[in-house]
Amino acid sequence: MSERETASPQASGDEPAGAHTGRRPDEGEPLPPPMVGGESIVEQPPEGGEPINWAEQGMRASLPIGSAEPSGIATLRDQAPVVGAGSVGLGRGKARRGDRIFATLTTTSGLFIVLLILLVAVFLVVQAIPAIRDDKSNFLFSRDWTVEGGNLHFGILGLLWTTVLISFVAMIIAVPLALGISLFITQYAPRRLARPVAYIIDLLAAIPSIIYGIWGIVVLAPFLEPVQRFLYHIGGFALFKNEGISRGTVFNAGVVIAIMVLPIVTAVARDVFERTPTANIEAAWALGATRWEMIKMAVIPHGRPGFVSGAMLGLGRALGETIAITLILSKGFEGQPFSWSIFSNGETFASKIANAAAEFNDPKQTGAYIAAGLFLFLLTFAVNAAARAVVARSQVS
Amino acid sequence: MAKRIDGKNLNIYYGKFLAVEDVSFTIAPRSVTAFIGPSGCGKSTVLRTINRMHEVIPGAHVEGEVQLDGDNIYAENVDPVDVRRTIGMVFQRPNPFPTMSIYDNVAAGMKLQGGRKNKGELDGVVEQSLRGANLWEEVKDRLNKAGSGLSGGQQQRLCIARAIAVKPQVLLMDEPCSALDPISTLAIEDLIQTLKETYTIVIVTHNMQQAARVSERTAFFNLSATGRPGELVEMDETEKIFSNPTDKRTEDYISGRFG
Amino acid sequence: MTATVTAPPPTLAATTSGRRKFKNNLATVLVTSSFVVAVIPLVWLLYTVISRGLHAITRDGWFTRSQRDITYKDPGGGAYHAILGTFEQVLLCSIISIPIAILVGVYLVEYGRGWLARTTTFMVDILTGIPSIVAALFIYAVFVTAFGGSRAGWLVSLALVMLMIPVIVRTTEEMLKLVPNELREASYALGVPKWKTILRIVLPTAFTGILTGIVLGIARVAGETAPLLILVGYSPNTNGNLFNGFQGSLPGMINDQVANIGNTRVLVNGRPVSIHYAADRMWGAALTLIIIVMALNVIARLIARRNKVTN
Repeated sequence: MSERETASPQASGDEPAGAHTGRRPDEGEPLPPPMVGGESIVEQPPEGGEPINWAEQGMRASLPIGSAEPSGIATLRDQAPVVGAGSVGLGRGKARRGDRIFATLTTTSGLFIVLLILLVAVFLVVQAIPAIRDDKSNFLFSRDWTVEGGNLHFGILGLLWTTVLISFVAMIIAVPLALGISLFITQYAPRRLARPVAYIIDLLAAIPSIIYGIWGIVVLAPFLEPVQRFLYHIGGFALFKNEGISRGTVFNAGVVIAIMVLPIVTAVARDVFERTPTANIEAAWALGATRWEMIKMAVIPHGRPGFVSGAMLGLGRALGETIAITLILSKGFEGQPFSWSIFSNGETFASKIANAAAEFNDPKQTGAYIAAGLFLFLLTFAVNAAARAVVARSQVS
Repeated sequence: MAKRIDGKNLNIYYGKFLAVEDVSFTIAPRSVTAFIGPSGCGKSTVLRTINRMHEVIPGAHVEGEVQLDGDNIYAENVDPVDVRRTIGMVFQRPNPFPTMSIYDNVAAGMKLQGGRKNKGELDGVVEQSLRGANLWEEVKDRLNKAGSGLSGGQQQRLCIARAIAVKPQVLLMDEPCSALDPISTLAIEDLIQTLKETYTIVIVTHNMQQAARVSERTAFFNLSATGRPGELVEMDETEKIFSNPTDKRTEDYISGRFG
Repeated sequence: MTATVTAPPPTLAATTSGRRKFKNNLATVLVTSSFVVAVIPLVWLLYTVISRGLHAITRDGWFTRSQRDITYKDPGGGAYHAILGTFEQVLLCSIISIPIAILVGVYLVEYGRGWLARTTTFMVDILTGIPSIVAALFIYAVFVTAFGGSRAGWLVSLALVMLMIPVIVRTTEEMLKLVPNELREASYALGVPKWKTILRIVLPTAFTGILTGIVLGIARVAGETAPLLILVGYSPNTNGNLFNGFQGSLPGMINDQVANIGNTRVLVNGRPVSIHYAADRMWGAALTLIIIVMALNVIARLIARRNKVTN
């Protein structure tokens, strides 16, 4: 961990107030430190660095990031193994009763989580399969969606396209912004400014998604209309085609999702950039680099895997977002022709399920939606797993 | 009654790695014994086998016997937790419990080992232990303040008070002064001279002068070669070790030719 | 924080070419403006919610009345039913999640070993990334489709449990790993058994951090809407029974009112009048929700500040 200032005995607040070695201006020798009870008041506090601010660490830890590596035996932050980890009691021989009970209790909780996820998978698959089997359209490659009356024609291609498109728009906006903000917080802003800035960005994450949804459709969408109209002129090609829809487009949803996802990517990026080894940074300074050059030389190369991982976590969040998209994105009508444009409407996995939630009547019909949900689950899981793989691989090399 | 400690043919492992090979020693009750040697030679490891703290590390284990007054603490049916209640330990960095006051820190051992104690009894033991650690006068007016608010030397004496509050037979000290300034170090060395009247003390130190000052007997540990396990080279009266050691390696270490 | 901003040593400025200087300044401008750009939607959104929701919540009866018998044509009514519903659902969720999550965290750090620990941590990772709609679908698939139950508030709590557990597990894990080994060793050396050490020394030391994680976890689930859509119907009446019948909730109320914000013309005494009752209530409910979530976040920050002072 790098220090901003050189450490001083005052750093940990251990020293009683008012103790200091005096140096009279006209004498060469410093006064001996004041003594109390045979021991000087002035002394180095025990090693260990700054005291831990538990609550602040708690806030950092509760970011939706997940673990960096699977635990065989748990390790402390500095990679030393946790004393006593992995054993029921402490040491060989039969463990005491209290230890056995408590160890069983915690192990059972762990087992509970494992079984819970397995159950999720099983239940979802079991209820999705009959629907997929009876699906008269191709589940993966069709854009139909008729599920009433036991007559099943459904496919997720349209949902997949809309979901990916919204996420794509969101990431194009959010990732550069997140890069800029995290660099601002860690490399440019003075310490006193960095903290409130980080706090403000974290506030974005605290706002519930439904509120982003209503704000998005009521306030932002009208505002984005002229922006959309302007962007039609880039046109010519399919992605920006004017579909005659002014509000509730993929573009609207993408902008709002970008705002929602920004704090996640920023938080991971901040964490990663802060850990840039001081040695690399100082080497850049020593070469006479400007601040931007230093960042290019030291901060970004070191932080790239972590940043990519953060972006992928943001992507995972974007893929799974439900209510904001349901409120913003307009549904479109039955049999609407497919469009590549970001200015068209549609449904994502999540909004499709949400829109139909009131009508889960018969198991087959519900099964179709569960199948869609299962696909979404696998998709977000793959993205999150890839994010962790990126970090793991970079730690090995 | 302080106990005698006998180590017999100890082989100490971290997982499959043999860290210390075939160590045997005898420590008389109410004496101070110093373990010295270069870094990484296993002196702390041997110390921790005396109170069965070594096996707390995942995968670590011990072969051989350690006897307290003849009773093997590594016997089949011996509970390590019970062993540790008879033996106190003070660590290199002072580690008072941060969520507890000074009073609670000293009382922690008694409270957490179970059994009901009334307030009067606890008060008495706390005062006695703090006096025994030469800390009473300095903290008697702020017993309910946080333990972490003391200076380094005071914290270490608090840890000593905490250790002796449970009335152990043996006191193990793992480089207790290495994180402290010289004045606190002297204070603790003086304390050791008082404590040895009640407890058997074993102290690991990398400071040879300290070993010469406080101990009656000294054991010199060393690595036989890089990558080889540590071993006990020589153990004898402190005066002899520092003036006229038997083994050449001891002499080399004492005179600073390595270490 | 270990930010690594150190001033560049006073270099030979003359040797920094104009081109490099330009790039450097451009970078500074872009980086600073990215922050400004990010703040704009935050301020804008908060301003919208506050300005449009304020007079709804300051109106008499907002916190004491429900939406019983109130249609989009009627003004008034309150959010009591919604606040009660959200409170109850989140409370039940917390009661279930918190103990389980802390135990899992303790397991992973202090007891976990081998395949079970690796699998558990992997599963917690999955839970971290699960979209709320999928968690809701799962609860539906188990309790409604398979067990034939009916929709009710407690099912929402169960879905929220799946969302809250991973947050608290991770926080607990990280906080336990921050507790220095020395404390555990000191306790073990005193002859304190492992379980007591964890309960009386390690967990209390990490407590403040874990508490912060819990508060933030609660703030996160309080605003979740997807489970509400699938697992319980919205009721405009006050229903305190989590296990029976439809229930109101703050996100549910927002969702309910948003459907009517377009219906702004009614006839009063034969004359067309423009009304905004639904919009008012929607923004009012949104503001109420934001106040609750922000209050929780502020509490977490206050814990941080107080913790710093006493240390």
